[in-house]
Order: sequence, then C-alpha cells, then structure tokens
Amino acid sequence: MVNITIDGQKIAVPEGTTIMKAADEVGIKIPHLCYLEGVNDIGACRVCVVEIEGIDKLATACNTQVVEGMVIRTNSPRVRWARRINVELILSDHKANCPYCLKSGNCTLQSLANDLGLLIPDYSNTAEKMNWSRELPIVRDASKCIKCMRCVQICDKVQGMGVWTILGTGYRTTIGVRDNKRIDLSDCTLCGQCVTHCPVGALRECDDRLRLQRAIADPDKIVLLQIAPAVRTAWGEQIGLGVKEATLGKLVCALKKIGVDYVFDTTLSADLTIMEEGSEFLHRLNNRDKYQWPMFTSCCPAWVRYAKTQSPDLLPNLSTAKSPQQMFGTMAKTYMAKRLGLDPDKIYSVSVMPCTCKKYERTLVEEQDSGHGTDVDLVLTTREIDRIIRSDGIEPDELEDMPFDKVFGEGSGAGVIFGSTGGVMEAALRSAYFLATGSNPDPDAFSQVRGSGGWREATFNLAGQELNIAIVSGLGNVRRLVDAIHSGKEHYDFVEVMACPGGCVGGGGQPFRDGEEKASERAGILYSLDDVNDIRFSHENPTVAELYQDFLGAPLSEMSHKYLHTEVKDWDMEMHFDQDALEDPRKTYLYD
Amino acid sequence: MDRLFLRSQDEVQKTVSGIYSDLERRIVASPVGQCPVDLTASFLMLAHSQSCGKCVPCRVGLGQLQLMLGRILDLDVQCDIYDLAILERTAKTIAETADCAIGSEAAKMVLRGLKEFREDYEYHIKYNTCSPRVREAAQSVPCMRTCPANVDIPGYVALVKHQRYDDAIKLIRKDNPFPTVCALICEHPCEMRCRRNLIDAPINIRGIKRFAADNCSENVPIHEKMDDTGKKIAIIGGGPSGLTAAYFLAVMGHKPKIFEKREQLGGMLRYGIPNYRLPRTRLDWDINAILSAGVEVETNCDISSVDFMKKIREEYDAVYIAIGSHGAKMLGIEGEMSKGVIPAVEMLRGIGDNKLPDFKGKSVAIIGGGNVAMDVARTSKRLGASEVTIVYRRRQQDMTALPAEVAGAIAEGCELVQMLAPARIETDKEGYVKALIAQPQMVGPMDKSGRPAPLRADKPEVRIPCDIIISAVGQATDSQVFEEFGVPVYRGNITAAENTNVVELDGVFAGGDCVTGPSTVINAIAAGKVAAANIDAYLGYDHKMSVDIEIPLPDHKDDIPTGRVELKERFARERDKDFDEVEEPKSFEEAMQECSRCLRCDYHGYGAFRGGRDEQW
Repeated sequence: MVNITIDGQKIAVPEGTTIMKAADEVGIKIPHLCYLEGVNDIGACRVCVVEIEGIDKLATACNTQVVEGMVIRTNSPRVRWARRINVELILSDHKANCPYCLKSGNCTLQSLANDLGLLIPDYSNTAEKMNWSRELPIVRDASKCIKCMRCVQICDKVQGMGVWTILGTGYRTTIGVRDNKRIDLSDCTLCGQCVTHCPVGALRECDDRLRLQRAIADPDKIVLLQIAPAVRTAWGEQIGLGVKEATLGKLVCALKKIGVDYVFDTTLSADLTIMEEGSEFLHRLNNRDKYQWPMFTSCCPAWVRYAKTQSPDLLPNLSTAKSPQQMFGTMAKTYMAKRLGLDPDKIYSVSVMPCTCKKYERTLVEEQDSGHGTDVDLVLTTREIDRIIRSDGIEPDELEDMPFDKVFGEGSGAGVIFGSTGGVMEAALRSAYFLATGSNPDPDAFSQVRGSGGWREATFNLAGQELNIAIVSGLGNVRRLVDAIHSGKEHYDFVEVMACPGGCVGGGGQPFRDGEEKASERAGILYSLDDVNDIRFSHENPTVAELYQDFLGAPLSEMSHKYLHTEVKDWDMEMHFDQDALEDPRKTYLYD
Repeated sequence: MDRLFLRSQDEVQKTVSGIYSDLERRIVASPVGQCPVDLTASFLMLAHSQSCGKCVPCRVGLGQLQLMLGRILDLDVQCDIYDLAILERTAKTIAETADCAIGSEAAKMVLRGLKEFREDYEYHIKYNTCSPRVREAAQSVPCMRTCPANVDIPGYVALVKHQRYDDAIKLIRKDNPFPTVCALICEHPCEMRCRRNLIDAPINIRGIKRFAADNCSENVPIHEKMDDTGKKIAIIGGGPSGLTAAYFLAVMGHKPKIFEKREQLGGMLRYGIPNYRLPRTRLDWDINAILSAGVEVETNCDISSVDFMKKIREEYDAVYIAIGSHGAKMLGIEGEMSKGVIPAVEMLRGIGDNKLPDFKGKSVAIIGGGNVAMDVARTSKRLGASEVTIVYRRRQQDMTALPAEVAGAIAEGCELVQMLAPARIETDKEGYVKALIAQPQMVGPMDKSGRPAPLRADKPEVRIPCDIIISAVGQATDSQVFEEFGVPVYRGNITAAENTNVVELDGVFAGGDCVTGPSTVINAIAAGKVAAANIDAYLGYDHKMSVDIEIPLPDHKDDIPTGRVELKERFARERDKDFDEVEEPKSFEEAMQECSRCLRCDYHGYGAFRGGRDEQW
C-alpha cells in the first residue's frame, strides 16, 4: 500500500493506483475528457491535471501513478487555472454551436464547460470545417472533433481494425480514415464503437429521423416498424426512464403516438433466423465433408464486413441465413402484407436497431427479395428513436404499456436474447437440440454460453455428437479467434460472432454513456425477459409455425432460400445511397 | 562629443542569443518523421521575420510562398497540382532576384524541397495528408527510430535506473545480441535526435548501456529457444551481421551455421577494432552468448570457389552473405608497393590474431581521416613508434572519424597534419620507405559529400620523413566468388534489397558492410536482424522475437537543465603504452543521474499513444 494525501485527506491505496482512481476513493471526481479506462490514458486533453507538492510541472491524474508520501492538490489555484485554460483551448478548436449538435445534453465537453461556468471566450475559434457525406452510416463532423483519440484507440485496441488514423501535423492534426478512403470503401466494419465512445458530437450516425416523419406524413404509406431485441434494454436511458420503467410496452405506446401504423418485434424474425440457421447447422453437420468448418453466424453485418476484408476465405463458413432485420423486412412486404391485407407497395418498412451498420445492410442489393422495393426502407438507431420521442414532446411518464400489433409482435425468449453475446448461440442450440432429437431440452440447458467474456467456449452433446462451440464479441477478439482457427490451434463446430463488445446491447447505435460500459447490465435485462417468456424456444413460436405452414413450407425449403437467405460473398462494401434520399444542399463528397 | 562607442550586449540581447541557441538545439531535436512541407513553411516564417523589407522578392515573395504552403497544408483547402508550378517559379525568382542571402537562401530551401521531397507536396495536394513515408515515421520515439536495430532504448534506460541490469541486457538482446560491443563502441546515432536536446543536451545513451553491461551478472540468460524447425541456414561470415542473424535464427528454432574465413569469429570487431577500444574478453562475452543459442561454426573456411558456394546453397535452406568489407583500397600514388607501406586492414587483421608488428623507434605516417586511420595511428603509438603523423588532405572538421577518436589520437601524441594530399612515396635503394611526399591543399567549394573539396594549393611539396606508411583510405569488398555465383555486384559491393534479399537468387540474403560498404557495427547488426526476420518468413514461419519484461513507469518530476555525463578516459600518457581499455566506466551516481535525464518519450507525447515500443518483431 502507498500512503498519500489528496486535498488534505490521507489515504492508503494499492501500489500502481493512478491519482484519478485514488482521488475517487476519497470522493473527488477529477474532471477529465479524453481518458477512457483501459483504452485511452494518453494524457491528451490535459484537463485532469493536478498539483504534486515539490514539483513545478502539473501531472495528469489519469496516467500518473501515486508514490509513497505524495501530496496531491486537485483544487489549488494553479490547477483551477490550468484546467480552465485547457478546456477553453479545447473549446477554441471546437465548433461549440451546441444547439445544433445531437450530443447536446449528453456531451462530456459541454458538461465540463458548464461545470467550470465559462462565460466569455478568450480565444478566437480555429475549428476545422466538416468534410463528410451526411448519408454514410457513420458521420464525422471535423468541426466538433477535439482530437481526444478515443475513436482511434477503440478502433485499434478494442476492435483491432485501425481504420482511424492521424492526418496532418501541428495545428492541422486531425483524424481521418486510413488510406484516405471514404469510410464505407475502407475496411471499416461500420460497427459504430467509435461513435458510442466519442465524448463530443464529432461522430454520429447518419440522421434519418426526417425520413420516418416524412413517411408517417405520407397518406400513401403504411409505416410498419420492427424493434430489435437490444433496443428494449436501453431506449429509456436518454428520455429519463429507469430500467424498470422503460418497458417495451411503453416504447410501443410512444411509437404509436409518433404515428407508426404497425409496431412489431424483431424477436419474431429472430426466431425465424434460428429455424433457418439451426436447420442449416444440422444440415452441414450431416454433410460434414461438403462444408468448411466451423460454421459462423452471420446476423451481424459488421462481422460480415470484417470477414469480407480480413478473412475472405471464411466467407463460405458463414451461415446463409439473413439477419432478423432483413428476414423481417422481406416478410413484411410478402407474407405479412398478405396476412394483414395491405398493399405491399405501400408498406414503408422501418427497423429500430442498436446498430449503425444495419443502415448499410439494408441498402445491399443481395438483401432485396420481397419484390416490392427495398425490404427495409429505413433503419433508425436507439438514439434516433429517443430523439424523435423527445422532439415530439412525448411525456415519458404518461406512456402506458401497449401490446404489439397482431400478429407479428410475438417472439420467443430465445429470440429476445439475440441481442446479447451468446444469445444467438443459446437460441440456436435450444432449437437445434429439438430439431435433432425431436424433444425439447431444458430451456436453460445451454446457459453455460452466457457471460461477458470476449471469447468463450463450451462443449455440448447434441444427439450423440460432441459439439465445440465458441462465442466471440469485439472484433479484436474475433481476430484472435480467427487467427487461432487459421493456425489450427482451435477447432470449433459453431461460432457466434458479434462485432460489438458484449453484443448488440453494447452496439454502436445505443445511447452514449461516457465512461460506462453498459452491455452486460443490458444483457441481464434480456435474460430476465427470456426467463419470464411463456415461449422459450424459437420452434414453439406459433406465428413462426404458421408462417412455415402457410408460406414458406419448411426451413431450408425453396421458398425459404428465396426469401430468407443471402450470399455474403456478393455483398458490396460500398454503401448504396437511397434514390429517395432527402435533398441536402450542404452534402459534400470529398472522394468523388 | 564622443564619436564612437563600443557595442555591449544588453540583457535583452543576451536573452535573444539564448533563444537562438535553444532554437538550434530544437532543430537538432526535430522529431523523426516531421512533415518536410510543414517544416519548410515554418522555416519560411522564421526567414521572413529576418527580412529587412527593402527588396520586393524577399518582403512580398516569402510571404506569398508561406500563404501557398499554408493552402497546400490546410486539410480543408483543395489545391491543384499546378499550384506547385506557381510555387516553384516564385521561389526561383526570389532566389535569383532577392538582394541578399536572407531572401535568396530561404527561396533556395523551398526549391530544394520541391526537388527532393516532391512526393510529400503531391500527397498534401492530392490527399490532404502527409505522405505514407512521413506518416509511418511520424513522431516515433527519437532514439528508437534512429537506432538502426530499433533497440528499446527508453526501456533499458528505465531498467538501469531501477538497477535491473540483467533485464536491461535481455531487453537489448531482443533487438541486438551485441549489448556489450555496442556499449563500448557503438557510434550511437540514437543520441543525435534525443529530445533532451530541447532542454540541455542528449542523454549519454551509450554510457548508460555500458553501465548495464559493466554491472550485469556473469551469465545473463539468453532467449528461450523456440521449437526446432530443422531448417538449415548457411551464414557466410562471422562478423557482427552474420552473428546477429545466427543468434535470432537459432532462437527461432532454426539451425544456422557460420562459415568464417579467419581463425576467429567477430569480423571487424576483432580484426578491425583494437583491444584498447573493445577488449577481446568483452567481445567474447557477447559472442559466447550468441553461440550458446545453438550456432554451429566453421572457422578457417574460405568460400574460395563458386562450386563451394553452389554446394552450400544446395545443402542449406537459405543463405545469408555477410562477408564484410575487408579488402584494402589502393592509394594510387607512386611508390605504393614499396617495403614499409602497409594497408591498415592488414595490420589490424594481424593484431586481431595476436600478431603484433614491431614499430619500436620507428617513424610512422598514416594516410586517411576515418576511424580506421585513428585506430592504426593509436595502435602504432602502442607498438612503440617514436613518431606518428596522420596526413589528411582535408580539414580536421571534415574527417569522417568520430571527434572523440581524433581527440584521443592527438592526446596520445599523434600529430595531425591537415590539408596535405599524398603525392608519392620516396624510397631508398633497397626499396624501403624513406619519406612521404605530400602536396599542400587549400579548401574549396563544397563537393558531393557536403564537405569542402581539397584543391591543389600553389605551394611547394612537403616531405615527411618516415619508415612506415599505413594507408587507411577505405576498404573494399571481396565479392568476386559471389559475383560468379550470380549475386549482383555494383562497385564491388553486393546488391541486396532493403529486406536484405538478393532478389536475383531464391533464398539468398545479404547484408552488412559487404552491401553498404564500410559502415558501423550497429548497421551490420540491424542488417542481421532484418535478414533473420525475412529468412524466417522465407522459410514459411512467423516466429516473433519478444521478451517478457515490464518496463517501469517514469517518475513524475521536473526536468531541470543538467549537464550530460561524458565517459572519461585513462590518462593519455599512461594508456598509450598498452592495449588495455582506454575508456573508464561511469560511476553509479553518474549513471543514475544520466538515466533520470531521460524524458521517456516512450511514455510521454506520442509515445503514449501510437509511437511507443514494438514489443515484438
């Protein structure tokens, strides 16, 4: 233990503790900006500086370890001035027009400046100009970037992609895409982890709210919306609803108030995905020699993008089953339209996703199978839905629980856990067991696959066959796993991959929570929803059963292949912009 | 009324002078990989501030150049490639028409840049970013970046500071299996750009390494060997480059075998560098550690024929040629073949095998100004020569020898005569050397090497009476057999790519002096390291060299300007009689003070972000 004094308080902390952590122990939150635990402790912003007795130079609390006898002051006049001036310098290089920023109200720099009570700027503003297409799934506004390097570090260290890099030198230093490519044309997986870790409004998703509002206002359009599993775990965060209050029923209610005609649940198509993918897995197991192993899940488009650029040799290993979002979209304009008695050409199919990459996935040529325009016309992130609720003045407290519209709002617990790392695997194993043996396992028989570790393994016996499975989330872990498979160190039969750490619950479209990683808490919500669901197996979802009976026939049937499967190798990396894109006179293409 | 006054420096002028010297040191410490376009723009601003403002090209033109460069550098301004033409013709006009050097020299700098790093300009214009070459090196840790072998210098400095000498040696060995040799004789390019220059002076990196080498255990364990691959690699030449490659390849699980022409291993370290600079016991310590990794050695084995070389290539999975540059270059003057004229390499080679010539009472003249000239001069002194004269055709400051070596030679009583070009050698009837006749020179305009060319002065020849003449005017590579084998040779040296690959021949690699011409030991080591990595890859492996040592974090402290500890030498009048080591070790307190001067660029600045250490290669 090391004995130190912070602002007059004596405390003993373990060796290796940083000043920031030690101060936290005595109830002092040292203001900081660029610091991100375990990812970014490079001392770039110099906001967390403190005074150490006997040393003239101020120290950064985030990356300076305490030593025996250290006397630290976090609020001396020198520290106060230094902190204030550094924040003002950051602001001078930042386009601080907060009302015109999606991050306003949830911005680390804004709260820092507010806490300091800054009044009159001392410096002239030198912010860069924005130079980016506003229609790409990930939009970077250079004028807001404070060069904290978190995006670079998340991409390097957590996702292992190294998409972001430093451009320019000196005062012209800025962040750009490696090799100066347009982001969708680069190796970027569009996972959006940089977006959820940006402390300011420099990185955001493409803002598609107006498109939803325009569709609602259009009398010729029937807005049919699906909600992804992970959205229910986080949608309340930005509108002031706690975990217990932010029920799924209230989200349905809010969407109805906004004017959505039909609100359905992606959980349903998650069950459909399991039927297809589970059957596919059994088919591959029975024809082991004809396939490359292991089989990988493919419902995460960021993972597919990863595979396409980083290990294209593995593409045949990916399940051909479409993602729940896309299956839902295809069904919406075919079977569902018929069942609901709607004109498929009038349906405007919307999904609410915890994901930025889904905005790309929906534009892919290979994903359009309904024959009625794009299968999914619009993807909104959890953050965008929250903004619409707020901008419509909907009082969160007045929301009441409302059921989904009949009949495509019914999903199994297995479909619900899709939103968490391990969830797809568990759901698939529950149904694969049934499909292979004809009887249900205990619904919790495969709960061993749950957890928050980035790379987990398990072995199960499925109808006499030993199955080695792995669950991996976070692309850095994905790379390690893929390397291990390539080098022959690991042999698996089935691997679930999610690009975002913790899975979709920690997705790039989820609310921004600076300094908090909420994935595992949000996953807990999904597992408790599964636990109380009357239906725990995808194959027991009655709507899914009807769907096969009335429309598709059986999993892997010709109809299924027509509507529910895709060839990932044909996916284009380039984002296909909508023809009906909103006219934006300011849109700029640097890379044309 | 007084008509004249003496000029005195007031306080402001003194401060300004101080700022100028700070500026000079800052330029010395320019970050490796600084954008040259940005640098040009900054220099222009300084140059413009020096302009008196009288003449148009300087007053207005330098300003316009700055604005143009600003637009090229700005990330949100689209420039046209033709803007370079405007930049070029403006700079040319300023260079040709400015009234004084303040303007014309500034413009010349722009022109030079447009020629030498046009690619950087083009990158900024086309892609709004620095060129990949600049970005790759940008803001790396200066000492590591300038060390050819990329040794983790801040790492071992921190370890020495924590008195973890064995760990320091292990960390150095990850990139360089010659920690002791380099501790004693490395030319330390790492110190050149040391960021400490910004405060006072570069830290004495070699001195710190020496402290680790002087204080580590007798047996510092080498890297653990990786699994046996059964691959055989022939290494031609047991000098620093060959031994380095052999070490890393052996650790990676391969079976390297060194074919050495001479009796002993070490190459120029043994047959070129005298014992008083590199004691043989210290050299052997490094070599024994290298061999303990499992390196087979065959000495007295000359690759004398093409057939022999072909046989080796057939029997081994890969070949690394690192034969060094051991041949003597000719003086090209009359009387060169006289008795008593000795090429420096031959003399040092004999000494390497303990064959000491007797120079007792003899007068020796040395021709040359490189480190080898200093080595033979100081060795002659130790062999009992009554007089040693170093004859050099340029000025002392133009010598390629390290200033410390020149100073050492002079201190030991060698006389240095400058601006004298050897003209011919005078002999007696039996053909023995009687004198060196030299032609005085005068200093002229700069030549290609950036030094002023010596020109024949209108003065009579000088006669330097002597018994022995040692020529140290350069070395040549004995590459003939290899050329016949198919290795491309240009001007005597072997041609190999930057990855040490001899492109024309499958599985043949080459590096060290035989490729670069006579160079430093650290360059030879770096070539050996690069060769080991690429031979490993060629054989289909991806073995990574790493070492599991946690580097201590830096202390938070103020950086108070403090002098640099220099290594001291024994008294010249004592040391010039023996071959014992000249340099004296640092004291503990000196070493600790020097270590704490390190600014830990691996941890501060860009190092904490992207420019830190390479933990494996």
